[in-house]
Amino acid sequence: MEDEKRSDSLQSSFYASHGKFRGIFSWIFSTDHKRIGLLYLCSILSFFIVGVTLGLLMRLELFAPGQTIMNAGTYNSLFSLHGIVMIFLFIIPAINASFGNFFLPLQIGARDVAFPRINLLSWYFYMTAGILAIATLFAPGGPPDAGWTFYTPYSIITTTSISLAAFAAFIVGFSSILTGLNFITTIHRLRAPGMKWFRMPLFVWSIYATSWVQILATPVLAITLLMLIFERMFGVGFFDPSKGGDPLMFQHLFWIYSHPAVYVMILPAMGVISEIIPVFSRRTIFGYKAIAFSSMSIAGFGYVVWGHHMFTSGMSETARWLFSLLTFLVAIPSGIKVFNWVATLYRGSITLGTPLLYSLSFIFLFSIGGLSGLMNAAVATNVHIHDTYFIVAHFHYVMFGGAGFAFFAALHYWFPKMTGRLYDETTAKIGWLTVFVGFNVLYFPMFILGWRGMPRRYFDYPLEFTNANMISTIGSWILATGIMIMLVNLVFSSMRGRNAGNNPWGGTTLEWQVSSPPPLHNFREIPEISRGPYDFS
Amino acid sequence: MMNSTERDAPIIRYRVYVYVWSCLIILTGLTLAAAYLEFSGLSILINIVIASLKASLVVWLFMHLKYESRLFKVMLLLAIATLTIVILITFLDVLFR
Amino acid sequence: MESERTGHLNQEGQRDYTGSKMGMWLFLYTEFLLFGGLFLLYAVYRTRYVEQFHTAAASFDTGLGAINTVVLITSSLTMAFAVSAVRKGDRRRSVSALFLTILFGMGFLVIKFFEWKAKITLGLFPGAVEMFQLPQGEVIFYSLYYVMTGIHGLHVMIGVLVLVGMMFLLVRKKITEKDFIKIENAGLYWHLVDIVWIYLFPFFYLLT
Repeated sequence: MEDEKRSDSLQSSFYASHGKFRGIFSWIFSTDHKRIGLLYLCSILSFFIVGVTLGLLMRLELFAPGQTIMNAGTYNSLFSLHGIVMIFLFIIPAINASFGNFFLPLQIGARDVAFPRINLLSWYFYMTAGILAIATLFAPGGPPDAGWTFYTPYSIITTTSISLAAFAAFIVGFSSILTGLNFITTIHRLRAPGMKWFRMPLFVWSIYATSWVQILATPVLAITLLMLIFERMFGVGFFDPSKGGDPLMFQHLFWIYSHPAVYVMILPAMGVISEIIPVFSRRTIFGYKAIAFSSMSIAGFGYVVWGHHMFTSGMSETARWLFSLLTFLVAIPSGIKVFNWVATLYRGSITLGTPLLYSLSFIFLFSIGGLSGLMNAAVATNVHIHDTYFIVAHFHYVMFGGAGFAFFAALHYWFPKMTGRLYDETTAKIGWLTVFVGFNVLYFPMFILGWRGMPRRYFDYPLEFTNANMISTIGSWILATGIMIMLVNLVFSSMRGRNAGNNPWGGTTLEWQVSSPPPLHNFREIPEISRGPYDFS
Repeated sequence: MMNSTERDAPIIRYRVYVYVWSCLIILTGLTLAAAYLEFSGLSILINIVIASLKASLVVWLFMHLKYESRLFKVMLLLAIATLTIVILITFLDVLFR
Repeated sequence: MESERTGHLNQEGQRDYTGSKMGMWLFLYTEFLLFGGLFLLYAVYRTRYVEQFHTAAASFDTGLGAINTVVLITSSLTMAFAVSAVRKGDRRRSVSALFLTILFGMGFLVIKFFEWKAKITLGLFPGAVEMFQLPQGEVIFYSLYYVMTGIHGLHVMIGVLVLVGMMFLLVRKKITEKDFIKIENAGLYWHLVDIVWIYLFPFFYLLT
């Protein structure tokens, strides 16, 4: 009976309408935002697994002092590739390109994004970049060893395949820009009638803020990497002190993009959390407008704080105190969000589902990451902990504990809508617990290691750091096991899970009003909107 | 097939374009004259002002920004403001190093 | 990258011109900030090497730069004509205006080519032996010149290709007075390329 109902909903879903092509071509030539969203999701998860593998190998090398499984050069390549893959190919597009593509049109009551063909093109750019990045492994000269930041002058003189890696990041930038301009136009032009700005779900607000950052910041990275490539090919000398250039200008230009990029990663994550918390506590979100505006102001402030990556670089004192001040200001909108989430939970009827568990861990881990960020933002402290494992711990807490956990939360929250099936709740909870424990065992010791002075990006360390490093490596195994449990559960459930029905969580946003999985054109008739997104009355 | 209200943006007459073009040519002549006369330190400022005037003319009339909705104008200001702020902040490092 | 010109459909299945134009403008902002990064570098090195930038800029032929400015401004004029002509239903005039625009665009590139060639025969290009005898500020100036005018020239080339495509579409009646968004967006792109040059010209030829 249930199976019949499910096959009915599958018959009418977008999975059934494959357009002109069959098999894999019905996916890679599709302009349907849902198919493109899933394409992104699968490719992003694949690159995530690549990145995790590289990370595991690095941790394994650090298990014991001295050279264990690789030499220094290999280790340099590993941390560079780990950074490039995880940042450019996983965390920047993670939520934005996959769930943004799938759910943005659904949430605002549109049939598709504004430019469906450009949407597909952006995925091709993304895949090209991914393949190029992986190809550096086999390129002559070997994989890049200058870190994901490509700092000059070392990145100019090293013989490894920096140009290819930089070109990959250049291409992925195009993909990011195209996604951004697509989403902004979609939000401006394709909202359902009655969907006023303050009736949009908060996920849409966060995507809107993110898209502006993508539009205004990514081109600067593109030109910077292009100049780096010119530098290596023709010796133009912009960043080469021996030719009158200034390596600090590279750092400026690089972080003018790469700091805002941090908000490209975290803003959609915050949007996901703002979706999940009201649904699982059955209350209207507390401070809707405050959250919406804080997304915009995080995007705004986030654009002007790039210099806090350069406190020890020899930058002017004036710039240092200004950047420090501005960095502290970012904490205000971030704090507003955290307080509003907690206030939403207060006196709600909470269902402790897996998406909520991931969201609560997000709040916890993001707060640790954010507060340690304030420690980094103070210039005096920063000088002490700059380029130590404290920084590594900090950004893994915000990026992985923040954006990564929100990605997992979104994966579970929207899984029934995407597949039409429910995942196995018990296994999902075991997976969450393992991931959460593993994460903290892996990264928390790094705070201590960094505070005690262990520098990052070395394949070896003095004997007194042995214990913490061992604990950390053991944590990496726990974390990897947890991720495996989670993914296997989801893959298995997508084939065998129970029928989910249209609205398993009792969500109020538009995507829950259509069948699961959604039909090809999302809505039989475009809905007329007359109330806010989180009306549980 | 098309949304009529959006298509009805006025068609600009050729004559207006010719006026704009003449202004642009005159301004080009002015920059050349300014360069020839040498205002030393001021010349950078003069050149940037004249170039910006020319750019505004192109944006406003050739690119029809005048006839677009306010949203388009706000968006353009946002992009310009972003670049200006970035340049200003970078100079706080460069000038005081 | 150029395919955002295809006007997209709105909720009712109509062409949404405002949406298409918005997409194009957003794309232009990314171009604006792309060049913005270069202008930032130019500004920084200009303040650092005031004298040497003056000396190096003096070696450029202001006349050729001015001619190129006029060429590009005039091409913007014919481009604007082309858009208005289509909307008035005069496709023949539009085609000839586009043709002129393409000619001007190519003329710009030819002049640019000879300018580059003149500098390169003097050994003034990144990596040349002669460059090492110059003061560092001048080396940076020449490098900026090649990179900025080079990337701008690349945009002119792309623009010319797009306009050729537009001409093809006009002749095939794919662009009409009822369906002109492609040529309008192509025009927007072409004008942006013009604007970039409006700034490049004084920065490299006039500030001596």
